[in-house]
Amino acid sequence: MNNRSYISISFDDEVPLLEAVKKLRDNKEKIADVLSPFPVHGLDEALSIKRSRIPIVGFIFGALGAILAFGFQAWVFTVSYPLIIGGKPFFSVPTFVPITFEVTVLFAGLSMVAALLIRSHLKPEIKFTPVDERITDDRFVILVDTPDEEINLKRITSILTGINTVEIR
Amino acid sequence: MLQSPIRTPLIEGSKTYRSITSDILSPMMNKAGKFWYLGMTISSLAMLFGVFMIFWTVWQGIGTWGENRTVGWAFEITTFVWWIGIGHAGTFISAILLLFRQKWRNSINRSAEAMTIFAVICAALFPLIHLGRPLLTFFIFPYPNTRGLWVNFNSPLVWDVFAISTYFTISLVFWYVGLIPDIGTLRDKIKKGLKKNIYNFLSFGWKGSARDWHRHEITSIMLAAIATPLVLSVHSIVSMDFASSIVPGWHTTIFPPYFVAGAIFSGFAMVQTLLIITRKAMGLEDFITASHIENMNKILIATGSIVGLAYITEMFMAWYSGVEYEHYAFMNRATGPYWWAYMIMIGCNVVSSQLLWIKKLRKSLAFTFFLSIVINIGMWFERFVIIVTSLHRDYLTSSWTMYKPTIVEFGLLIGTLGIFFTAFLLFIRIFPVISISEVKSILKIGDKHQHKSDPGHE
Repeated sequence: MNNRSYISISFDDEVPLLEAVKKLRDNKEKIADVLSPFPVHGLDEALSIKRSRIPIVGFIFGALGAILAFGFQAWVFTVSYPLIIGGKPFFSVPTFVPITFEVTVLFAGLSMVAALLIRSHLKPEIKFTPVDERITDDRFVILVDTPDEEINLKRITSILTGINTVEIR
Repeated sequence: MLQSPIRTPLIEGSKTYRSITSDILSPMMNKAGKFWYLGMTISSLAMLFGVFMIFWTVWQGIGTWGENRTVGWAFEITTFVWWIGIGHAGTFISAILLLFRQKWRNSINRSAEAMTIFAVICAALFPLIHLGRPLLTFFIFPYPNTRGLWVNFNSPLVWDVFAISTYFTISLVFWYVGLIPDIGTLRDKIKKGLKKNIYNFLSFGWKGSARDWHRHEITSIMLAAIATPLVLSVHSIVSMDFASSIVPGWHTTIFPPYFVAGAIFSGFAMVQTLLIITRKAMGLEDFITASHIENMNKILIATGSIVGLAYITEMFMAWYSGVEYEHYAFMNRATGPYWWAYMIMIGCNVVSSQLLWIKKLRKSLAFTFFLSIVINIGMWFERFVIIVTSLHRDYLTSSWTMYKPTIVEFGLLIGTLGIFFTAFLLFIRIFPVISISEVKSILKIGDKHQHKSDPGHE
């Protein structure tokens, strides 16, 4: 974490987590991040996360792969080294289809994974300090962006009364 | 969303998020048991035997095999197609069942995908060995060279190279993307030491942020969407290795769908074999329940029936076409010198899988385990029957002959089985066999106390 300060609110179930997210947003608190052990349904809407554009990346690179693969095969068989094979035409579109398809899938798949890794800053690293070691186990944490911890801590505690939290700090 | 009140839980036993984590991670945190070492010893010995036979083949040449001028393709390509087919069930579970939102798949997809990867590795070995000169493998890729030549893009064998390498890459990436959050769990569970650092490195700094989960889910579903046609294309292309030739018995348009159904059939049989042992040996009965096994048995009936229908259709078409070569090829297949292989194929694939209509047998683990091995054998023979019986008596009667495998060829089959099981045994000790995060997301399905107060539930 960088120098900004956060208030972290922990839960042990996703139901109070979703309620808390809604309440905090209704009260105009800035939620920096929500950390959970698995994708919580309804959280995307509650946080109004915009739909990721990773599929578009996949489409663009898939199209690129298709053009490259088809173009390359066509170039090889018509320009670079036209060779009569079984009396078939040089530019035989149906036989180019399988490889074009495979390369399309390969490019689309790899580009989407690359986009995921880049956008989520996922990379192999030796040192990593989790916010809470139990987030990958059974803890759900909301991080609230805050300039002044003490005043905000009280306010947030009062917003969240009645919701089953584990810890607010 | 409306939820049916009769929906049963997908996970048994009263589990919490915490106990799911500790149950699934226990093999990674504890020492391996006796059976693991026993299995490892047997499979690595088999692997060593296979490695020696590969060495022998490369050293002596493929004259050490039983192939002859007439039957130029036999045991190795049979085993190759068999392994590729086995791989298909993993992608079927991880991609197609994900698209159809079959949530029960969440506890079996990880191990099935691992199975895919290891099966494809075993399969990919065979083209390399088949070349006779593995050092010249790069010849099959279109790379700029001083001869100015390219590969023949009209050939299904070249399509195969692209299909299998793409299939392997995408499967591996799909599997690893799914593993990242679970490796994060492992990293946080292990307190310190080298192990922690390694998992730290492999977890890519996963922190479980809502945005990351959102992208992770979208990427997974998109990968599933492209892996679905991919898996269908791979076995279709493998089948075209045969179908695009003019050999009677191979030259049929039914091959692509027939091979794909057969692939999924044999793959599910292998999943059954592996999972019935794994769930028992690792105490994961609550996650991989009897209903998982039953569901997969239903897929076995469906695909087994498609395979049976394909056998009948082939026979019918051979007669209906009026082509005497076709006619002879199929009569020879069923009643010729390899009639016993044909009988094994029909018995193990068509007849045995129909027994699963009986509910009692479908629910019995012991029977399913036995049946899965029978189907594995039957599907190996299916490829053997298609390949060898079509080749050994074709147009030119003077070159009719028989094919007998040698010990080297059996060694290659045993060796790949060894590689497969060694890899799988290592996998179950290193990574979680069940996707922890995906299982947590289905924990509350069918749980009466939870879903009323659960707004985020589907």
